[in-house]
Amino acid sequence: MKYFTEEHEWIQIDGNEAIMGITEHAANELGDITYVELPEEGNELIVGDQLGVVESVKAASDIYSPLGGTVVAVNEALEDNPELINESAEAKGWICKLTDFDESELNDLMKSSGYEKYLKSL
Amino acid sequence: METAVRNTPLTECHIAAGARMVPFAGWNMPVQYSEGIIAEHNHTRNAVSLFDICHMGEFRINGAGARTALDHLLARPVSDQQTGICRYNFLLNPAGGVMDDLIVYCIADDEFFIVVNAGCIASDAAQFRQELPKGIEFTDESDATAKIDLQGPLSAEVLISLGLDADRLPKYFHFNNVKTGGMSCLLSRTGYTGELGFEIYLPTAQAENMWNLLLSDSRVKPAGLGARDTLRLEMGYALYGHELNTTVTPLEAGMGSMLNLDKYPERQFIGSNALRGPASDKQLVGIMLDGRRAAREGTIISNIAGEEIGIVTSGAFSPSLGKAVAMGYISEDFNCGDKLLLNAGRKAIPGQITELPFYQSGSVRKKL
Repeated sequence: MKYFTEEHEWIQIDGNEAIMGITEHAANELGDITYVELPEEGNELIVGDQLGVVESVKAASDIYSPLGGTVVAVNEALEDNPELINESAEAKGWICKLTDFDESELNDLMKSSGYEKYLKSL
Repeated sequence: METAVRNTPLTECHIAAGARMVPFAGWNMPVQYSEGIIAEHNHTRNAVSLFDICHMGEFRINGAGARTALDHLLARPVSDQQTGICRYNFLLNPAGGVMDDLIVYCIADDEFFIVVNAGCIASDAAQFRQELPKGIEFTDESDATAKIDLQGPLSAEVLISLGLDADRLPKYFHFNNVKTGGMSCLLSRTGYTGELGFEIYLPTAQAENMWNLLLSDSRVKPAGLGARDTLRLEMGYALYGHELNTTVTPLEAGMGSMLNLDKYPERQFIGSNALRGPASDKQLVGIMLDGRRAAREGTIISNIAGEEIGIVTSGAFSPSLGKAVAMGYISEDFNCGDKLLLNAGRKAIPGQITELPFYQSGSVRKKL
């Protein structure tokens, strides 16, 4: 199941892992992405903790964790190829994977149809 | 006070081409088109791009004594500027602070065309009107004049293939009156990208025809203000409102040698007493950062000991170099290669003072 936040992050639940990134809409708004500051593996996050930074030519955007949990993997390919987020924001451009998250926190997030409606409302 | 954002004569062309429009200096301007800033930047470095610069202002100053009057109003000499030559210059306040940086075109012995920043049109016009002696005519031609920049190593070939005689192409920082596609325009070999390029001035009513004529050459693509900014930053060119403002002097901005203060020790101009006074320890420097992460305007610069020594005025990822670069003012003696820390956000970004321009391979001075 895939979830979305009003801050334009996506969360894909895959077994006991939550894979996270920024949405295609966010990537388009930012423009060419030039730098991604990734979280560190092993970091324990609570909802709202700063997870990283995504920078484009014109702007920098902080990314906050939509879920609590432990960072078990980060997408190191973004260090040299941050443009992967422009090319494939919701697949190859994933940012990190969390485990030990609280499934009840997913209830606060939007599903795909809800996010589409939210985008239209902007 | 709410001020309406103005459209250029090309706004509809930009929207039709899929541009993302942003307000800039009171104008509704394209920051990028559909391919994005980095693609537009690279296309300018490798081929040729077209920029809508209609927001900038144009003044005409003429009448007997215009040359002498401008020589007093501007920081670089005008007295020795020959007809057909463009010269980068500064309008200063009495304290030597930069009111605007501009380009003066010497049209005739006592006739000059001056191109100024969009955000400074009103204050510059007020200064000229106040300081020019009676009898010298000052006209603000900004609304009647369109400005389109064609920039990139292929720009000369594009103009030639549109029918312009190669021998009518002006040399670096020269201009000519030319006719292309049935339109008369002033063409100067100037720009803000570090590449071989031209700036084209023509009546506003013809802007759209000229824009479309140039884009009819498939090598030419439009580029927005985003690419214009990364291109100029890689060249270390100052941007008014960032590196230049009324609190810094051209000497602090590293442009003292242009002023020829030693060559003309007796020359008096507005700001000259301040510039000849005690030297400031503030200096504009180029900083190459150690990675892709950028330090933005306002970032504090520290030395390796952690002491605050300055502030960033512009910073961005440099598409041509693949790493971030910045410019800023520091108030400490330095050498190229000195290490610095840029205190952006949670982690300081290391960098070092670097000779400008950052990008050394531009075609700007290419001989035609």
